Amino acid sequence: MLAFTAKRLGIALLVALTVSLITFSMIYVSGDPAIAIAGEGARAQDIEAIRKFYGFDRPILEQYFSWLGGALQGDFGRSFTLRQPVADVIAARLPVTITLGALAIAFALVLAIPLGVLAAVRPNSIADRFALTVAVVGQAMPTFWFALTLILWLGVYWRLLPITGSDSWLNFIMPAIALGYYVTPAIMRLTRAGVLEVLSSDYIRTARAKGLRPMTVLFKHALRNAIIPVVSLAAVQFGFMLGGSIVIETIFQINGLGYLAWESIQRKDLPTMQAIVLSLSVIYVLLTLVADLLNAFLDPRLRVT
Amino acid sequence: MVETGLVRAGIPTAAEILAPSPAAVLRRRALRHWGLLIGGTILAIIIVMALLAPIISPFDPYDQQLGRKLIPPIWHASAKATWVHPLGTDHLGRDYLTRLLYGAQISLLIGVSAMLISGVIGTTIGVLAGYFGGRVDMVVNFIVTTRLSMPVVLVALAVVSIIGSSLTVVIWVLGLLIWDRFAVVMRSATQQVRVREFITAAQAVGCSTPRILLTEVAPNVVNHLIVVATLEMAHAILLEAALSFLGLGVQPPTPSWGLMISEAKGLMFFDPWLITIPGVALFLLVLSINMLGDGLRDVTAPENRN
Repeated sequence: MLAFTAKRLGIALLVALTVSLITFSMIYVSGDPAIAIAGEGARAQDIEAIRKFYGFDRPILEQYFSWLGGALQGDFGRSFTLRQPVADVIAARLPVTITLGALAIAFALVLAIPLGVLAAVRPNSIADRFALTVAVVGQAMPTFWFALTLILWLGVYWRLLPITGSDSWLNFIMPAIALGYYVTPAIMRLTRAGVLEVLSSDYIRTARAKGLRPMTVLFKHALRNAIIPVVSLAAVQFGFMLGGSIVIETIFQINGLGYLAWESIQRKDLPTMQAIVLSLSVIYVLLTLVADLLNAFLDPRLRVT
Repeated sequence: MVETGLVRAGIPTAAEILAPSPAAVLRRRALRHWGLLIGGTILAIIIVMALLAPIISPFDPYDQQLGRKLIPPIWHASAKATWVHPLGTDHLGRDYLTRLLYGAQISLLIGVSAMLISGVIGTTIGVLAGYFGGRVDMVVNFIVTTRLSMPVVLVALAVVSIIGSSLTVVIWVLGLLIWDRFAVVMRSATQQVRVREFITAAQAVGCSTPRILLTEVAPNVVNHLIVVATLEMAHAILLEAALSFLGLGVQPPTPSWGLMISEAKGLMFFDPWLITIPGVALFLLVLSINMLGDGLRDVTAPENRN
């Protein structure tokens, strides 16, 4: 377990470093970031001033290491437009996005696990077909359109929920549904496949043979094993959702990291953009690391180095 | 002459002659698979309508006529609804059906192009990782892990905003971002093929590695490739719609379904059909592609169904 942990940690660190390199180079994809910030038709001396001010005239490696060094100490520079340290802005907005992500994943799990179990217990039944429909529809529905439709029905026609903002917990219900529904299919399919596989194993037959009640077999014996991969998938999906919440937060005007990302992209606020991409990637790396270690802890067969 | 078993060896038995060929088995399975048939039909209809857009519609998708703006669709109980504009007109008086048809061209173009780019990247590194294993596999694994840890929508938006958005930029950014599933699936498919006897045989008779990859490995992983390709095409179409919806994808006045929803957002409380129509179109297109992909997987590899 120790060797596995060490190896897994090393890979995570390398991935995080590579991501930081890519994130840093991102502002150079257009060639000159100073021109990108100044916009079209800017005067040459303005571009030069911007280049000096943000230090784009320094050697690229020096820029990267000073940026990375700052980032490691929680200093992402100052936002171009908000006139305050990027780290402070992110620290203020991150909890909102994490709350939204947690609610969304909770919604997805509450919908997906019972449906998946039901579908696996009775394959090809009406319940299975219903679960499949939910999954197929969820995969094909554009998130932003689903969100707008929710606003239209729950917010405008039926007046059940507030449409925009992030002041009360009521504001989070629609965004959480819109965001959570998107990840429901994957979780449901995995639950169904896992339960199906476990139910056909020998120890379940033994449990049934010794006369345990079907419910005990299902919940105490089968589900426990089938749920392990679902836990790690949920962790991974949670990471995806933090990145994907940009669309949802923009629609519902929730003051989280996604909305901040959209604002900073609109205003070409490069340090904020970089910091958001890097922090979301690092959060994702940490989540997958925890999920992998947890899985290896629960299932020694996975501890192959 | 006594007819022996040896003489008969090369000649197929009656049972073998009567058994359907593998192609016939596939065809029969495909014709019985409702999801595949329905998905394929819807997709075919959308493709034909997109290609025939100039013939189907007498209108120009860019032609603004403010005198006829916001005509509701035909099923609307309004005196303004007319068969001249079956799906109505938008806030600038452009025929909505025409924009929908030309928008289908954009969605399909982006879906296919991004899928081809990502398919080439993902398949190459996936097959290499699966075939060579060892160090190559480790490196590819690392690249895929790194790619997965970066949020797609966010990176796409940021890069498009820095370069400046156009159709070509959107296609390339999406193509360069979504190859991960190709790599993962192709890697495991190749790993399964690599250990088969015919690969060893090809190696033993001295075939070159490129030749083995092309003539021995490729035909045996192509069914997995087609399934991933359809799913990734749907993925690219959804991503383009999201980018265009956020204003960083296809630029106005080009008709894109995501952009149509974005333009109608402000009017959706008064004229909800403006977002319903492109939304349903997007849903049907992605649904049909996914159904086709799932169907192809069931037909070519029924054992992978669950």
